[in-house]
Amino acid sequence: MNESPVIDHEAMQEPQIRLVAVGATESEPVSPLLIEDVTVAYHHRPVLWNIDYQAPSGKLIAIVGPNGSGKTTLIKATLDLVPRAAGQVLIFGEPYRQQRHRVGYVPQRTSVDWDFPVSALDVVAMGMYRKIGWLRPVSRKYREAAKQALDRVGMVDFASRQINQLSGGQQQRVFLARALAQNADLYFMDEPFAGVDAATERAIVDILRQLRESGKTVIVVHHDLQTVHEYFDEVVLLNMRLIAAGPTAEVFTPDNLRKTYGGKLALLDQLGEKMAQPRSR
Amino acid sequence: MKSVLTPLQSWASLDTWIIVIGALAAMACALPGCFLLLRRQSLMGDAISHTSLLGIVAAFFVSHWLVETNVISPATELSVRHVAMCLGAVIVGVLSAWMTESLQKFGNVESSAALGVVFTSLFALGLLLIRAVADDVHIDPDCVLYGAIEMAPLETFGTSGIPRAVVVNGVVLTINLLLTVVLFKELRLSAFDPALATTQGIPAHVMHYGLMGVTAMTLVAAFESVGSILVIAMLIIPPATAYLLTDRLPRMIGLSLLIGALSSVIGHVSALTLPPLIARSVGIPDVHDASTAGMMAAAAGFLFVTAMLLGPKYGLVSRIWHRLLLKLRIAGEDVLGGLYRFEESAPAPADLSLATERAAWLRSLTTQSWLARLATWVLLRRRWLIGSGSEVRLTDTGREAARTLVRSHRLWESFLAKHFVLGTGRFHESAEQVEHFLDRDLLAELDQDLDRPGVDPHGRAIPN
Amino acid sequence: MSAFSLLAADSLWELFSRAISLRDYNTRVVLGGTTMLGISGGLVGTFLVLRKRALAADVVSHAALPGIAVAFLLAERLVPGSGRSTSVLLCGAFVTGLLGMAMTLAIRRWTRIKEDAALAIVLGLFFGLGMALFTVVQRTKTGNAAGLSHFIFGKAASMVAADVWLIGVVSVVIALLCCGVFKELSLLCFDEEFAAARGYRTVLLDWLLTLMAVTVTLIGLQSVGLLLVVALLLIPPTAARFWTNDLKVMSWLAAAIGGVSCAGGVVLSAAFPRLAAGAVIVLTGAGLFIVSLVFGKERGLWPRWQSQRQFEQRIGRSDLLRACYELLEPILGPDETTQESLTKYEIDDLELSAMRQWPAGRFHGLVSSAVRESLLAANSQSGFRLTLRGAAEARDAVRRHRLWEIYLLTQTDLDPRLVDRGADGIEHVLDPQQLADLERQLVTHLPQGIPPSPHPIASATIN
Repeated sequence: MNESPVIDHEAMQEPQIRLVAVGATESEPVSPLLIEDVTVAYHHRPVLWNIDYQAPSGKLIAIVGPNGSGKTTLIKATLDLVPRAAGQVLIFGEPYRQQRHRVGYVPQRTSVDWDFPVSALDVVAMGMYRKIGWLRPVSRKYREAAKQALDRVGMVDFASRQINQLSGGQQQRVFLARALAQNADLYFMDEPFAGVDAATERAIVDILRQLRESGKTVIVVHHDLQTVHEYFDEVVLLNMRLIAAGPTAEVFTPDNLRKTYGGKLALLDQLGEKMAQPRSR
Repeated sequence: MKSVLTPLQSWASLDTWIIVIGALAAMACALPGCFLLLRRQSLMGDAISHTSLLGIVAAFFVSHWLVETNVISPATELSVRHVAMCLGAVIVGVLSAWMTESLQKFGNVESSAALGVVFTSLFALGLLLIRAVADDVHIDPDCVLYGAIEMAPLETFGTSGIPRAVVVNGVVLTINLLLTVVLFKELRLSAFDPALATTQGIPAHVMHYGLMGVTAMTLVAAFESVGSILVIAMLIIPPATAYLLTDRLPRMIGLSLLIGALSSVIGHVSALTLPPLIARSVGIPDVHDASTAGMMAAAAGFLFVTAMLLGPKYGLVSRIWHRLLLKLRIAGEDVLGGLYRFEESAPAPADLSLATERAAWLRSLTTQSWLARLATWVLLRRRWLIGSGSEVRLTDTGREAARTLVRSHRLWESFLAKHFVLGTGRFHESAEQVEHFLDRDLLAELDQDLDRPGVDPHGRAIPN
Repeated sequence: MSAFSLLAADSLWELFSRAISLRDYNTRVVLGGTTMLGISGGLVGTFLVLRKRALAADVVSHAALPGIAVAFLLAERLVPGSGRSTSVLLCGAFVTGLLGMAMTLAIRRWTRIKEDAALAIVLGLFFGLGMALFTVVQRTKTGNAAGLSHFIFGKAASMVAADVWLIGVVSVVIALLCCGVFKELSLLCFDEEFAAARGYRTVLLDWLLTLMAVTVTLIGLQSVGLLLVVALLLIPPTAARFWTNDLKVMSWLAAAIGGVSCAGGVVLSAAFPRLAAGAVIVLTGAGLFIVSLVFGKERGLWPRWQSQRQFEQRIGRSDLLRACYELLEPILGPDETTQESLTKYEIDDLELSAMRQWPAGRFHGLVSSAVRESLLAANSQSGFRLTLRGAAEARDAVRRHRLWEIYLLTQTDLDPRLVDRGADGIEHVLDPQQLADLERQLVTHLPQGIPPSPHPIASATIN
């Protein structure tokens, strides 16, 4: 939409209302992740409406919401994997494109074909391909780094194992090691606890805490409400729109959860339908 | 124009028969094609059309061997030859479907790779065998490939004068039609949800291999007269075209039959007219026609592209057009809303300071975007605006529409404030977007959700 | 079959030996070029197959036909006589091949038609168009001699040296390029989204792969023919996958299989001129595929069947030995559970077979193989003794079984009557590490050695 004098005119005259203190309490100069008014639409139909969020530094942050609430979409929009219809995302104050090296990503385990002919070590090394550069093979140095990353998740004994011979939990740990090998400052993890065994869950939580100790920020799509309090410092409640965000103790309340899980706003669905089918009006 | 149609002046009954044969073959293929398309096995049909060659050659070998060992007489062999070849093709067709599935299941090979390995290997084998016996046989690979639809009408059925190919393809078409009608709901269910179909007592694998068998039979019957290119094209292109035009299966089947027949007509006519025209224009005088089979396939493709572009619901043009209309409406509504807000904030209609501001705003809007210019023009024509240039004003009807729009805007802002965690500065932009999509029902719902608010979160009155 | 006798025996042998010994310069060149083609096809095909796009190459090859015809017509029109130049024809093929690819993408992107149908549509349309144009070519004065039909069925042996050099050089370039971007392509095929998140332009990478595939397809047209050229990209990698779980090994193996099948095809078709080169190349590949399917080390049917059988045998053996131990257990003295003491007692055939519900044939098979492996020593009558080795294995099997039973009993809430059945399945797959873990967990309950059974062992009734 064009910026017109009228629009400024209307917006500027309005009294200030603060609904939530977005970023106001932050003492750090640069937030690891700043999401400003992001809307994401598939085929003109919004699946995420006007998300505003600023992540605090050095925290473990859970994104929680029902199925189809746009948790994965939010991460993908942040990483430029799906286009944003509106809004912007800043990672450490700059667009993702310029900060890629500081971001580690753990996609959903089910997003790839585990029958692919590579070993666990190969998968971990993939995290460093960008650093290795074009036309160069994976040298011993990087192989060692990949081994170390596997060691951190307790998988070094499985380095040469073909990935379809790993259990679900082991596969998840390999994915985690791939992100660790990048040595990033901000991590995004999509459902790392989905369908893993107890040992893996403990191992992942240990890693998350280690990351926090070393000042990294980790943002995790999480589906197990039972463990949110135990694992995470901050929580983002999402259901097509941002319901609430902030320290777990304050935000993870029954009232907010009811709002999150009490079904989508029917109006948003109807409106989305109208925006996808322009001729219906 | 005259020169284009010159070749058609020599139209004979031969040409009519060619069209009839092409249409019958195309329609016979379209029926199993519809279900292949819906079951996402389009390439399976393509593969079967390749492997059928092996079936034909194998049938030839077997019957030849039976003659040599005196099991049957040469006369019998001649009379059952076509049936034998058809049978061979069906067997090999089903066999190749089975081999593909087994490779997938037992060899852990991905489905398209399995299909590719099976059909190239079997086709290569067929090709090799056919070359090895080429001198003894009347079938040569070229013929199977290109077909000889131009020659097909010459071989008549008995003394009736009706070409054999018409009878063969007609019979196959009838069989397919009967099967489609009788097994319609079973076919539909097993294409849509094979698991549910199986629980309902329609075994998925029987339907699968049955369809493969019917496809193979149809293909072989059509091969002889029209060649495999046309068959590959007619199997999937007409059903896909129909699929773009309708959402209902019976209508899709009907349309695909129609499109198949139409491709035959367009194909033959253009085979006679287009090539000499184009060839002459680039300076190649000695070309009079092109392969009818090839042109029929091209005609089907042409119809597909047409449907893809111009289809009423899913066509690209209609989608772009509707998006454009939407943009125009949004631009017009932006003009209306802006004018309304000026009126609203002016202390008196004659206030001069705001009039200059408004004129400046309108000017910048219409110089920046051609859509706004066009929209203003449309609004003037509809008498929602009067005046000209930057001196336009709202009429009563226009004001009514503008009020609804501003109401939508402010109600949405209130809605955002109630349900969203969002910095205040951002309400406006979201409302600018959404206001255009709120119809009466949604507005009523918003109003109710917000308990009929009088003012928006900025404290401005929400018009009624 | 009379058809085969057309080749007289001596001429056949002569042809064959000429081909095998590569006496002709042309055969040597064709062999070299086509082998290179097979190698690069195998390499590029590896990624194409892993990306599940293998059949796109089939569409490209069919879509090349109208391009070839148009290129011929245009070239003849502009410079008469130039229409038969391979590079001109391949340029035309390249344009329409890419156009075909672009059209499948457009159909998938802008309509609701799925990928498989999009491929079939483009294939039918371009092939039909190509055929129509082809007949136009054949009706021109020069068209008859053009030999364009070689592009359809392939004719490796009759290629001229210049064409083969072109094919060979392009193949080498493609193979080198493929090796150069090996790791990027593997990332693209394994996890496209992660590649995008890491900043790779996946669309460009995808087009690079497509471009390589299109190039290999087109330079393969002359030797294999457009109907079958897809096999060059498809069969070698699919065959190689049976042998290995390592992408590097797989791609080299695919290259080797591609090279061998092309070389074999060329030699055979030089020896038997009646055989279409393309078909022979594909069938050589298909032969290698079948060998791989059956014998491939990692995923072949035979090795998998073999290991399944070995596993079953191991289970049978340890069940048998455990039954021996449990049969003897009631009569053993309290300090008689050592290996030596187990060998002292005689085991009765019938009593042993009654311990479990073995079918008669299976029981005798198990016993005779145990005797063969000298785990059991047959006695004069219908009885055995455990040998020292057998006794050791029997103790081991019992220990595994009971440890697992106790674990199930103490750590889960299983009904004791069901425990035995649960233990039967798992005990065989416990590796030493897990066994040690189990022992550590259960150490408070247990003395060293063989724990007592947590449930009565009377007969087969429990099983």
